[in-house]
This record gives sequence, structure tokens and C-alpha cells, in this order.
Amino acid sequence: MDFNDNSEEAAFRAEVKSWLAKNAPKFAQKGSNVRREDESAEDIAEAKEWQALKADSGYAFIQWPKEYGGRGSPMQAVIYAQEEAKYPLPRNYFIIGAFAGPTLMAYATEEQKARYIRPMLRGEEVWCQLFSEPGAGSDLAGIRTRAEKEGDTWVVNGQKVWTTVAYMSDWAILVTRHDTTLPKHMGLTYFFLDMKSPGVEVTRIRQISGGSDFCEVFLSDVRIPDSQRLGEIGDGWSVCLTTLMNERFMGGDASRPDAKELLGLAKRLKIDGKPAIENPAVRERIAEWYVQSVGAKFTKFRTLTALSRGQTPGPENSILKLVNASKLQDIGAYGMDLLGTAGILADVDGDEETAQFLMAYLAAPGARIAGGTDEILRNIIAERVLSLPSDIRVDKALPFNKLASGAK
Amino acid sequence: MNFDFSEEQKELRDHARRFLKDRCPWPVVRGVLEGPAPYDADLRASVAEMGWPATAMPEAYGGIGLGYVELCVIAEELGRVVAPIPFSSSVYLAAEALLLSGDEANKSEYLPKIVSADSIGTFAVTEGAGALSMDSIQTQFAGNRLTGKKIAVPDGDVASFAIVLAQSARGPMWTLADLTKGGSTRVAVKTVDPTRSHATITFDGAPAEPLGAPGKGWELTQRLLDRAAVLFAFEQLGGATAAMEMARNYSIERYAFGRAIGSFQAIKHRLADMFVKNELARSNCYYAAWALMTNSPELPAAAASARVAASEAYHFASKENIQIHGGIGFTWEADCQFHYRRSRLLGLNLGSVQFWKERLVSALEAGAVA
Repeated sequence: MDFNDNSEEAAFRAEVKSWLAKNAPKFAQKGSNVRREDESAEDIAEAKEWQALKADSGYAFIQWPKEYGGRGSPMQAVIYAQEEAKYPLPRNYFIIGAFAGPTLMAYATEEQKARYIRPMLRGEEVWCQLFSEPGAGSDLAGIRTRAEKEGDTWVVNGQKVWTTVAYMSDWAILVTRHDTTLPKHMGLTYFFLDMKSPGVEVTRIRQISGGSDFCEVFLSDVRIPDSQRLGEIGDGWSVCLTTLMNERFMGGDASRPDAKELLGLAKRLKIDGKPAIENPAVRERIAEWYVQSVGAKFTKFRTLTALSRGQTPGPENSILKLVNASKLQDIGAYGMDLLGTAGILADVDGDEETAQFLMAYLAAPGARIAGGTDEILRNIIAERVLSLPSDIRVDKALPFNKLASGAK
Repeated sequence: MNFDFSEEQKELRDHARRFLKDRCPWPVVRGVLEGPAPYDADLRASVAEMGWPATAMPEAYGGIGLGYVELCVIAEELGRVVAPIPFSSSVYLAAEALLLSGDEANKSEYLPKIVSADSIGTFAVTEGAGALSMDSIQTQFAGNRLTGKKIAVPDGDVASFAIVLAQSARGPMWTLADLTKGGSTRVAVKTVDPTRSHATITFDGAPAEPLGAPGKGWELTQRLLDRAAVLFAFEQLGGATAAMEMARNYSIERYAFGRAIGSFQAIKHRLADMFVKNELARSNCYYAAWALMTNSPELPAAAASARVAASEAYHFASKENIQIHGGIGFTWEADCQFHYRRSRLLGLNLGSVQFWKERLVSALEAGAVA
């Protein structure tokens, strides 16, 4: 038991370190600190240039098969990400490509793959994912966006939401309903779409935190050639599963502030004239979150160990987002508590260390919802890890247009 | 990255699991709960035959010196089945105390007897209610004699020797008392978990000898607590995992409202929460095993973190296991009580969760952390 690279991993890490040392600094000037809503055309151009350089050196989408420009190694992808994170590089706008790509690999024609995958890898063309809708979040198969066939063309009408990078995307993957009389999973058809098509309108959503990380996309009589259908008519759900399987991400490191930042805050603040860190109630809370934080960190190490050994990671990875998102929310609120009434201030005299707790508090609700809500994640653990029976479904066999919808 | 048991360690685990499934089913545990015997003698003998007490013991003292990760593997399996034997008192506490003491003569005298299971050793520290501190220790050591009273001593009724924390003219002191040589009386006591035996020991001028450096008894105790906490955390982890599996299996068999209760989200989410707590505990335990194995300066923080995570995971799994069983889980006949009792015993035997949270934050302030 140790935390070391094996010899192959160590060699790859050394190669990555030296490549980054040579290439990253000139992209690390402004860094990724630009708020998404403040970014300029220049920021985006710089990010694309960095992505292209990575792609040409085999460091973009390393987990992809070699024939598409990857290295076919999830472990190497992790090592690269660890090393890259040491530089404040431009924002990564290309992450949707990482799972749109494998969907094209599985379902597109050879000509389409030749046309689209390389520009996707190099960031020349940005992709987004038109899946969620106002009426279909956790229940993705409940989407309502209609696709109707007219000869060799499909006419699409509907509304998508929570779409990352839609405002700057060139292409999108899209799931639609082609037949409302079939049970819900059977009436779905999957496409890819030119985001510059007439009838595509993108607006940005503003979150509680004030940030604008997501978009809404309105589709009005958007025409898509049948040649851009991925999978058979009615097979949209299986194509979705291919996409989602590749979306299953590694579970990032916990966001800050974490227990250590809370410890730092408690050392600076006072309760009854003494440092807050001497207060037993404060100590107990710090201990609780530290235990979760260490648990999450080393759970990730267990997953990496499986990847390193060439095995499929165990189910332990499924707990990470569930643990980290609630922890972030609770630590945010508790840091504000420690600040006392001053905790309501956006920052105390411009101090970033205190401001981070309020920011975490406002951002954390999104973390508990995006990429699987806490409730869906618990269902997944219960059904896929613990093999409990699936819930009784009232919507599986009925025609979609006969389902109770709650719509007025 | 190589942060998991090795293939050999996994084989050891599988082998231990099969062995205990065969030798320690619930009726064995129930036999100790309901009967007069302080432990299951057959199980104790066969565990010794398997060489488990020798797992981490250096070869010089009759051990096989495999290592602490292997001992953690064994501890997890003993925890899974709520083994009713005097293993932890001898192996995690008495043997570790002897090894920490650096006293060659006593190591050579007692460690081989622990390995062969000829002797049971224990560590006698607690004297009253409340958190452990040196101020709470009244037992006196003077003129190679011990006077005082220790309570809730694990296997105190059946141990043949004890390492005893005492006050002395030279400060806090570890002493070694041969409990077979008179001068002490022991009374078995009722506890939350009768499947493990405990006693009050009264020393009335009992012969004893110093163990380890004079005046260092409290520091040695801290080091022993950190080491033992890791091993006990693995027992707790094993128990928590088994309690979760018990609840999971019952929720599939039990039907109500025309369906398996495990198909209700109220039950699913409870089980998912058990899984989350157990996996957090497991990752903390692995980290602590690594720290124990490598004698890392991170051991105090890692041990405390594992102890807190495992205590809370086992507490949650054992109480919610009863809840998921419903009324039947609350009966004497049901087996849920074994985990419910054992989780409390293991959650308190080295000090409470609050005590370990305090140790954890102190270690964080001292700085050697993950």
C-alpha cells in the first residue's frame, strides 16, 4: 500500500511535466479566474489555441482511443489532469466533446467522424449537449422537444435548459421525441445539430450566485437533415446512455472552502474574547468535516488505484459528489456563522478569505443538483451498487401522451 | 497509485471470511451472550491455530511479521462476525503496549504467550466516568506495588496479566501486573455488550513492575491509543459493512404494501446513506492502516479520523439496521442486537467519538496531516 506511481505512470508523469513546463507558462498569464460572464473573445481564442496545442501533442481527451487522437488510457488522463491543474490555464470550454465524441464514434458515419471529431478534439469547434428541459431534469427520458419528419429533414420544436457553453457552441448533440404515442423511452430520437441553424436561440441563465454558467436554448422550427440522426429512429435512449456512460466523470476534488479553510478561519476569529478554534463546539464541527474530507480524498485514491491496476473502478466513486456538495453547502453556512452578523456581508473589508464562505453558500445548491441530484445519486447507489429492487414505475408502459404531467 | 489491499491481502481476507463464516455464525455469538462462558473457547483456539495473533508480531517473539495491514484485514473480518473472543485486548492493546515499551525482558516473556494464546493480556486504564485524562488516574505505583481500582477492563476477568496506567513518584507510569500472583481481585461486570467480557480489577498492593520509561506513562498511552484505534476502526468497519448487508438483505426479503420494502425510496436512501458512511470510513481506515504500517507522522490525525469515521458509520448502520427490520429487529431472538451492542462497545472502549474528535483537531493544529 503506497501512493506512488508505478514505473510506467512515473515515466508518463515526467513526460507531461516537462511538456507542461515548456508549453503551459505562456497560456497561464491570465489564468482561469475570469468569471464566465466577463470573458472576452480573446479569452476564448486563447483557450482554443491551448486546446489545439494539447490535441496536437496527444494531451486532449487522453482517454479516447488512439485512432481518434487519444491515448486510450483513463489513468494517463488523470495524471495529465493532476499536472495541468498546477497551472492557472484558460477555462476548458471543450469538455462536452469528451462524451459527444464517443457518441459520434459509436453512431456516426465514417465521413461524419472524419469531418467532426478532429475539430472537436482541437477545440476548433465547440460542442454542447441539448438534453435537459424545464420539464425533464432527473427524469431525462421525459423530454418533450418534438422532432417531426418531413421527407429527409426533421423539424424540431422545444426548449432545452442547463446547457453549458451553448452561447459559444458550433455544434450540439440533441435528444428529441419523435412519437408521443409510444411509451416514453421508446419515442426518443437522437441527432447532432448545427447551432447556427435558423430557429436556434440561446439565452444565458443567471444563477443564485450571480454567475452565468449555463444557457437556455429555444428551438423553433429548426431543420435537421436526417443524415445527422445518430442511431435508429426510436433508439434515442440507448444513444443517450452511450453519452452518459462517457460523462461519468472522475468526481473532482472537493471544492473550497473545505475543513482546512474553516480551521484557518477559526484560528483568526474570536468567541468570547478567545480564538474560535478553542471553542469545543467549533472543534467538533471541524473534526466532522475533516473526516469527510479525508474520506473523500482517499476514496478517490482507491478509484485511481483500480485505474492504475487496469481494473474497473469499484462503486466507491459514486459517493464523492454526494459527500462533497453537501459538505460545501454546510461549510459555507458555518463559516458565515463564525463570522457572526458580519457573515451577511459579501466580504469583510475586501477580505477574500471570509468572502469564500458566502460564495460557497450561494454556489453549493447547484452542486447538489447538477450531474445527478442527491436523491438520484442515492437511488443509483441503492439500485446499482446495493442491487435493491427498482422503484415501481407508473410511467414505463403507458403512451407518453397519456402520462400525468402536472402541466396546466 | 497503489492504495488498496494487495492480491495477497485480499486472499487473506477471503480466507478469513470463509473461515469465520463457518466457525462464527450467530449461534456462537448468542452462546456467549446467553451463557456463562466469558468467550467462545473453540473459536479462540482455532483463531490461534490459524496464527492470527502472530500476524503483525515480529518473528523474534514467535510472530510471522506479516505486517499491520494484514492485521487490519483480520480485524475487519473479526468485526464483521462480532467475534466473541479476547483478541483485541491481547493483540491490539497488550501486545502493542509491550512493543511500545521497549522492555526486552517482558516482550520475550509475554509476547510469545499472546501469539500461542496461552495468555490473555489487557490494558487497564479507565477509573471512572468521563473522558480519560491523567487527572482521572488515582491508582498508585510505589515500591513495586499497585494500589487502586480499574473499571471496564476488557477481558479483565480472564486476563493473566495487565499493563496498568498509574501515578508514581516519578510521574505517570506504565506498570505490568501479573494477575495470577495475588494482590488483586477481579469481578466480571455487566456491559452493553455481554459477548465481550469486562471486569473491575481492584489492586490492593499487588506486585507489579515498571514498564517503559518512568514518567512516560501518559505519552506511551497516547501512542498506544493511536495504534489501537486503527485496529479497532477496522473491526468497526467490518461490523458496519455487515450491518448494512444485513439490512439490505432483509429489505429485499421483506414485503409490505405488496412489494419488497427495499423498493421504497425511504429505505433505499437510508441504505445509500449507510453505504456512503461506510465507504468514507473505509477510505479513512485504509489511510490509517498506511500510516500505522509506515509509522508516519500523520498517524495521530489518520488514526483519529479513522476512529471517528468508523465509530459513526457503525453506530448509524447498526441502529438503522434495526429500524429497517421493524419490530422483529427489536426482539431478543433477532440477531440485530449483536451489531447494536458491539457498535456501542467499540465506539467507547478507547474513548468516545467526542474524545477522538478533540484528538483529531489537536493533531490538525499540530500540523502533520493529509
